[in-house]
Amino acid sequence: MPPRTLFEKIWDAHLVRAATADTPAILYVDLHLIHEVTSPQAFTWLRERNLKVRRPERTVATMDHSTPTTPRNKEGKIPVLDNAAAAQIAQLETNCKDFGVELFALGTEGQGIVHVIGPELGVTQPGNTIVCGDSHTSTHGAFGALAFGIGTSEVSHVLATQSLLQNKPKTLAVTVEGQLKPGVTAKDIVLAVIARLGIGGGTGHVIEYRGSAIRALSMEERMTVCNMSIEAGARAGMIAPDDITFEYLKGRPRAPQGAAWDKAVAEWRKLPSDPGATYDREEKFDAAAIEPMITYGTNPGMGMAIGAKVPAPANASDVKALAYMGLKGDEPLLGHKVDVVFIGSCTNSRMSDLRAAATIFKGRKVAPGVRALIVPGSQRIKKAAEAEGLDRVFTEAGAEWREAGCSMCIAMNGDQLKPGQYAVSTSNRNFEGRQGAGGRTFLASPLTAAAAAVTGKVTDARSL
Amino acid sequence: MEPIKTFTSKTVILPTENIDTDQIIPARFLKATSKNGLGEKLFSDWRFDAEGKQKADFALNKPEAQGARVLVAGDNFGCGSSREHAPWALYDYGFRAVVSTSIADIFKNNSLKNGLLPIVVDAAAHAKLLAAPNADVTVSLEAQTVTLPDGSTAKFSVDPFSRYCLLNGIDELQFLLSQDAEITKFENSRR
Repeated sequence: MPPRTLFEKIWDAHLVRAATADTPAILYVDLHLIHEVTSPQAFTWLRERNLKVRRPERTVATMDHSTPTTPRNKEGKIPVLDNAAAAQIAQLETNCKDFGVELFALGTEGQGIVHVIGPELGVTQPGNTIVCGDSHTSTHGAFGALAFGIGTSEVSHVLATQSLLQNKPKTLAVTVEGQLKPGVTAKDIVLAVIARLGIGGGTGHVIEYRGSAIRALSMEERMTVCNMSIEAGARAGMIAPDDITFEYLKGRPRAPQGAAWDKAVAEWRKLPSDPGATYDREEKFDAAAIEPMITYGTNPGMGMAIGAKVPAPANASDVKALAYMGLKGDEPLLGHKVDVVFIGSCTNSRMSDLRAAATIFKGRKVAPGVRALIVPGSQRIKKAAEAEGLDRVFTEAGAEWREAGCSMCIAMNGDQLKPGQYAVSTSNRNFEGRQGAGGRTFLASPLTAAAAAVTGKVTDARSL
Repeated sequence: MEPIKTFTSKTVILPTENIDTDQIIPARFLKATSKNGLGEKLFSDWRFDAEGKQKADFALNKPEAQGARVLVAGDNFGCGSSREHAPWALYDYGFRAVVSTSIADIFKNNSLKNGLLPIVVDAAAHAKLLAAPNADVTVSLEAQTVTLPDGSTAKFSVDPFSRYCLLNGIDELQFLLSQDAEITKFENSRR
């Protein structure tokens, strides 16, 4: 057999039927993650056709997008005041009950952002195909899985058949060699990659991140990188599994145990791309040249080194973007006023993100007039952070410590910017209105976001 | 789903590049549990001001754009979130085709399952469309062509399976269900 890439090995191992001249390939799905926003219509169609969920044991549900992150009431419940959100949440509960799907319901121990809880539980495993009605499903590729976002029609396909019709994507190697400078993080790597590729630069491709700088990242950092693959248009981003991956997974509740673990690891070790395997395209990056990054425009590809000047607009779309952002171009962003800081989302809401932010908040105060929201990615992370005292570091600084969820990344749950406000956010999208109609977003790392919170302006955290 | 074969319609032009699905349908409208009625919220923050009044200068709001079934948009249309609500909203509003120089992967897949034809043309054909707002074009899925305002035609590609489904108004789930024996065989082979 000719040398194959990580992607090709997983693709080949999941072919129910290869593509023909008339039909795409049929790909088997190992793990289907569902949430309240993109699944209700799919269950309706199953009911209309009198279909069952084919493999409920391969399906895991949680609630994250439309759920509030406000404090619990006296009964220990998280109240859902928005009627439409409450109806959607209730619908997911009914659907999971009727179809026998395991649900991590709002406020329970296992609940959290769908892309945070999969790895946390250990259901995200190397070599698997993983799908979810959410474009940031690419996160799970950090474990050497083929993971991508699907629409609601496809959610119904997977529920009913555990399979998907797929055209084979191309492969793109993103190779990052060398050592990051102090104060430069995984978020900065991926923002630099997207800034070069552009928001559509990875369309039609699966990215494999490789090179010494990627190998050196922790699992949480690798998740941050793979998470934003879709922001370059790539449906999936992957990193070959290694000892760091296995160390993270070992002992997780749903990871294989005992002899099954050893057998699984032996299989997983065969997954990395073979020497001599070729990619359709390759982009190379020098880790040492990457600076802390920040976005200035209305898509994640509009990013730059934090000390750089906002580029002058090159076309009508740039003019529109800068007008929305209230920027002129050819001006620095350092020192720009900030109203809100959001630390959270499936990109940056894990323990290492919270710890990094805490190094900045410790002994400092949130600047007057700034609202700082710290939203853990899951209930387990919330508990672990509280056990470490991180919550007190944040609250003593004057930041809000919230319940787990997508929060202000998607602004459909009560957490949102007001029109005209500027936010530095650790989330993944700076689209117009993404964090609330009229709101304006600068995407950056947890360090940069925390630095903005304590200074009230865009700040290079290395200067503190 | 109605079959798509050949139809003639005027266009409406949104030349902005990288129009993301958050613009097509903002997240606050995703709390619905059905797919109906989303057309009212299509491009909500571009179509309406804070008081909910139509913005007169937005292309979809102009009198000459009414009834258009073909949206011509800038490069990389439909990027961002995987929400199928985006093609649902476009379809519900009345669109049956989106034309651009490139279309994001997930949006393209979602559109093909909902009777909304994603059409990628080259820059020259795209420029002709942008230069003639609200002109009539003819889209033929059978011939895989768009007849441009100057009478010339541009070819487009669509994968054969999606084309078959769209031409016949068949949904893909029916096909996947018919593969049950293959799927079972695959599952058994992995035990």
